[in-house]
Amino acid sequence: MELSIGKALNAGLRAAMENDPKVLLLGEDIGRLGGVFRVTDGLQKDFGDQRVMDTPLAESAIVGASVGLAYRGFRPVVEIQFDGFVYPAYDQIVSQVARLRFRSEGAVAMPIVIRIPYGGGIGAVEHHSESPEAQFVMTPGLTVVSPSNPHDAFWMIQQAIASDDPVVFLEPKQRYWDTGEVGDEPGLGLHESRVVRDGDGVTVVGYGPVVKTCLAAADESDVPLEVVDLRSLSPLDLGPVYESVRRTGRVVVVHEAARTLGLGAELATRITQECFYSLEAPVQRVTGYDLPYPPCRVEHDHLPSVERILDAVAVTGEF
Amino acid sequence: MGLPISQTLAPDGELVAAHDFTTDDLRAFHRDLVLARRIDTEAFALQRHGELGLWPPMLGQEAAQIGSGRALAPDDFVFPSYREHAVAWCRGLDPALLLAIFRGTSLGGWDPADHNIALPAIIIGAQTLHAVGYGIGLTLEGKEDAVVAYFGDGATSQGDTNEAFAWAASYNAPVVFFCQNNHYAISVPLERQTRVPIAQRADGFGFEGVRVDGNDVLAVHQVTSEALAKARAGGGPTLIEAITYRMGAHTTSDDPSRYRDAHEAESWAERDPLLRLRSLLERTDPGFADFDAEVQAEAEELGEHLRQVCGELPDPDLAELFEHVYDQIPPELVAQREEVRSWS
Ligand SMILES: Cc1ncc(C[n+]2csc(CCOP(=O)(O)OP(=O)(O)O)c2C)c(N)n1
Repeated sequence: MELSIGKALNAGLRAAMENDPKVLLLGEDIGRLGGVFRVTDGLQKDFGDQRVMDTPLAESAIVGASVGLAYRGFRPVVEIQFDGFVYPAYDQIVSQVARLRFRSEGAVAMPIVIRIPYGGGIGAVEHHSESPEAQFVMTPGLTVVSPSNPHDAFWMIQQAIASDDPVVFLEPKQRYWDTGEVGDEPGLGLHESRVVRDGDGVTVVGYGPVVKTCLAAADESDVPLEVVDLRSLSPLDLGPVYESVRRTGRVVVVHEAARTLGLGAELATRITQECFYSLEAPVQRVTGYDLPYPPCRVEHDHLPSVERILDAVAVTGEF
Repeated sequence: MGLPISQTLAPDGELVAAHDFTTDDLRAFHRDLVLARRIDTEAFALQRHGELGLWPPMLGQEAAQIGSGRALAPDDFVFPSYREHAVAWCRGLDPALLLAIFRGTSLGGWDPADHNIALPAIIIGAQTLHAVGYGIGLTLEGKEDAVVAYFGDGATSQGDTNEAFAWAASYNAPVVFFCQNNHYAISVPLERQTRVPIAQRADGFGFEGVRVDGNDVLAVHQVTSEALAKARAGGGPTLIEAITYRMGAHTTSDDPSRYRDAHEAESWAERDPLLRLRSLLERTDPGFADFDAEVQAEAEELGEHLRQVCGELPDPDLAELFEHVYDQIPPELVAQREEVRSWS
C-alpha cells in the first residue's frame, strides 16, 4: 500500500483505535478540521467526539487531563499543534507524565502518546519549525521517537500507542506529504535503529526529517556513505551505529536542532567511548546553528543540507 | 443572563445610543476602517500570489481594533497577538513590518518603544502576562499610563491568560484585557472554550468585565476609553469582550468550510462593521461622498505601495542574525557565523 507519511499516521491511528476502545485522541482542531495537517482527518466522524476530542485551547490542560485519563486506564494520544507550542505543556510532560511511574514505584502507567509535528523547512512563521527533541531526551521516563518514512509512521504510531510508557512522537512535518510503501509487518520494534543505506566509506547518522537529506547526500557522494536512521532517540539503539563505525572509522551526525547539547553531542560522546580505537577522525556534526530558529526566508541556510553533509564527510577524510 | 452588550450604532446604521463624536471623528473612523481593511485584503492577495508565506486575515474585526486602537493615548502600551493589523495601524507602525513577518524575512523587526507596541505573540495567551508585568512596572514608576493586551476567545482557556487575570487583580494593574471574541479558535467554536460570556469571568477574578458589540466602532471606542481612563486613574484592570466575527479563514492555510456553514458567515456579513458606519455617514454627512472618494483613492495608493514594498523586502543575512542572540557574541557563535559565511 502506497501512502504519504500523513496518511500513514492517519491509518495507524485508525487501526489503534479499532484495536483498543481505550485509545482516545485529544487536541486542538483535531476533530472537525482533522488537525491542521489533517493527520486525524475523518476520525471524529467515524469514532465520535468522545474518542476524538476537540479540546479548549490549552496545552498544559491537554496533557494534564491526559494524565487523569491515563489514571483511569485510557490511552490518550494527544496532538500538540506545532513544536513551538509544546512549552505550555512542558511542565506537565516532564514533571508529571514522565515521573508518575517512578514515583508510584511502577503502580501507575502513563500510556500517553504526545504527537508533535516538528522541524523546519516549510516556510512557516515563528514557533512552527522547532526541533525540541533534546529537551525530552534528557528527561528520564520519556520515550522519544521519530519516523522518517510512511512504513515507520504507520507502524511506529501503533507501537507507541501500545507502549505502557509515555512516548513523545515527533512527526517530521516537512515530510508529511512524502509517499512510500507501507508493508504488512512492522519489521522492527519501536526502539530499534536501522541501516537504511549500506556503504563502507563514512557512517552518517540521522533521524526524522534529515534521513531523506542524508540519503540524498549518499546519492551524490563520491565516498560510499552508510546511512543509519535512529528512529528511537530515547532510548538510543546504537548497536548498528557502532557496528558501522567500526567498519568505516568515520562518522557524521545530522540533526536540525541547534548544535550545543543537541543529540549530536550525546552521539559523539558515546561513539567516541565505544569506538575510540576504530575512529580515524573526530565525529562531525551537521546541525542547525545555535540561533533561535531564523526567519524562514533563510531557513535553508540554517537546516542541514546535502552540501553541508558532503562537506562534513570530506572533513572526516582529512584525518 | 448577565452583562448587557453596549451598542451605539446598530447593524443597519441607526444610532441607538447617544455619543460625543464629531463628524470629523466619524470620518476619521471611516478612513481608518477602509485603510485597515485594505492592508488586510492586500496582504491576503499577496499571500495568494506567493509573496507571503501566510497571512491571518482580520476581515470583520476592523471595528474592534480601530475602535480600541484609537482610544489609546500615545504613552499607552499595546501587547498584540498576530491578527492585530489594524491596531498596529493605529499605533503608526509601517504595515510593511507586518508583511515582513509573514513573508519570513523577519521575526518582528521593530523597537517596541518606538510605537509603544510589542512584537506580536504567536504563542496563544503569552502576551497577557507580559501586559500585566508592564502594568505593574507602570504602577511602580508612578506613571499614569495604561496597557492593553489583545487576545482571542481561544486564549481565555490558556493558563497564562487566567494567571494574568489573577495577577492583574491582585496588583490592581492598569491593564485592559481586550478579547476579540470572533467565535472561533481556528475550527473550535466558542462553546468549547467557555460556558459563560467571556466578560463574566472577570467577576471571579475581582474586576470588571464589559461586553460590547465589536462591530460597532463607536461603542468599542467608548468602552475602551472608559476602561483606559479607569486604569490610568488607579482603578485597576478591565476585561472587555468585543463580540465580533472572523469573516474569513483563520489564516490563508485554513479551510473554514470544514467547520462552519456558509449561512453563518453570510449572516455576519450583514453586520459588516464598515457598512454600518458608511450607512450612518451617508445619511447624516452631506459631504461624505466626496470624502469617501478621497479615502478610496488613498486605499488604492496604499494597496499599490504595499504590493511594491512587499516584493522589495530584503531577505536577512543569516550570518548577521548571529549578532542578535546575545549582547556580546560568544566565541562559539563567532565560529558558527564564520561557518555560515563560508557557505555563501
Ligand atoms: C500555545 C499555542 N497553541 C496553539 C497555537 C496554534 N494556534 C494558532 S491560532 C490558534 C487559535 C487561536 O484562537 P483565538 O485565541 O480565539 O484567537 P483568533 O485566532 O481567533 O484571533 C491556535 C490553536 C498557538 N499559536 N499557540
